[in-house]
This record gives sequence, C-alpha cells and structure tokens, in this order.
Amino acid sequence: MMLDVLYFAWLRERIGQPRERIETRAATLRDLVAELADRDEWHASAFADMGAVRCAIDQELADLDAPLDDAREVAFFPPMTGG
Amino acid sequence: MSARVQAGPFDLAAEMENFGRGAGAVVTFTGIVRDDTGRMLALELEYYPGMTERVLAEYGARAAARFGLADWKIIHRHGRLNLGEPIMMVATAARHRRAAFEAADYLMDWLKSRAPFWKREIGPDGAGAWVAAKDSDEDALKRW
Repeated sequence: MMLDVLYFAWLRERIGQPRERIETRAATLRDLVAELADRDEWHASAFADMGAVRCAIDQELADLDAPLDDAREVAFFPPMTGG
Repeated sequence: MSARVQAGPFDLAAEMENFGRGAGAVVTFTGIVRDDTGRMLALELEYYPGMTERVLAEYGARAAARFGLADWKIIHRHGRLNLGEPIMMVATAARHRRAAFEAADYLMDWLKSRAPFWKREIGPDGAGAWVAAKDSDEDALKRW
C-alpha cells in the first residue's frame, strides 16, 4: 500500500525531509519502523532509540504494535512539548 | 468553545469579549516565552497541522464534560516567538470558580505533554537544541 510518512522536530532533521510517500507491506508500526530504518544511515539514526519516538496513525497517537490496516498517513515525532 | 493554532499574536481582551456569557467564573491562563538557559533569544515551535487542532479541541471537550464548563477557548501559537511573547492561552468558564480553575489547570497539564508541538530554543548563534519533554510534566498527568 502507499503511505505518507511524516517526520517532525529532530526526526525531520535527521532524515532530511518532512515527509515521504512510500510503498510498504508492513503490517504494524513496528514493521514499518524496521523497514524505514533499513533504508539508509539517516533513517537508521532517526529510529535508533524508539523510546524517544512517538507515533501517530492517521493523526491519532498509536503504539508500535498498532496495525496499519488501511492507514494513509503515519507520523513520527519526539515526545510533545506544548503549553 | 473553540481551539485554534496561529502564528500571529492574540489579543486577550478581544478574545474574552462574549466569552462564557452567563457563567459565574472565568479563568484565563497565558503562557509566556521565558529563558531557562540564560542564552535564549527566541523559541521556535513546530506543530502537526490537522492533528494539533484536533487534539486541542478534544482536550477542550474533555475538560468541558469533566468540569461542567459553560465555555472554553484554547489558542496556541507556532513559529518563531521572542522572549516575553505570549505563546498560548486557555480560558475556562463555569458556574463556580473551583471548576474554572481546575479545568484550566487540567488543560495546561494535558497540553504540555499531549498537544503536538515541539519547541526549539534559538540562541545568539541561531538554531539551538530541541526542548526535551520533562518527566515532571508526564508525572503531573497522574493528578487527573
């Protein structure tokens, strides 16, 4: 399936782009992360410590075991610092 | 009952016109950009268009249900903000003051750790470090 992957804050900087459209067969977020981290050293460094990364599927927070199903947009970002 | 994200400043007095009409208590909180490091000139805030607005509205609605609010408003800025500039505001209106105070406190605790914003400190040499999330902010959520 085609998926838009968005990156924010230092993940965006490490990967070098705010978003990319990818073709994937990943079943869960965890599978997708493994696939992305395999792409190149920039992706690998962004996903090196998943304890420091939060994820959203179609703009809803999700954990790594969440299934992608018919997801259209996935986002990766550090813990939020609003307020 | 509204939430919005904007780059420009907001006018608190104008925002409070007609807010919470008929309520017995209105509480407003304004967050201001401050310098914790001694060498910060500005903050830069990134957000997730779409998700951020939705999350703000969701927490507003939760606060309204939990504290019986007559009205609520959340405004959060993004982009570059200089020291001393207002960064965000929440306003809550209820029949009695305790509900309005608690709802504002509740909203601030949740927005700190759950609203999709990421802050970066800008120093004299340009872009600086991303602000790390604090454990104390996460701990604060346990109160609710």
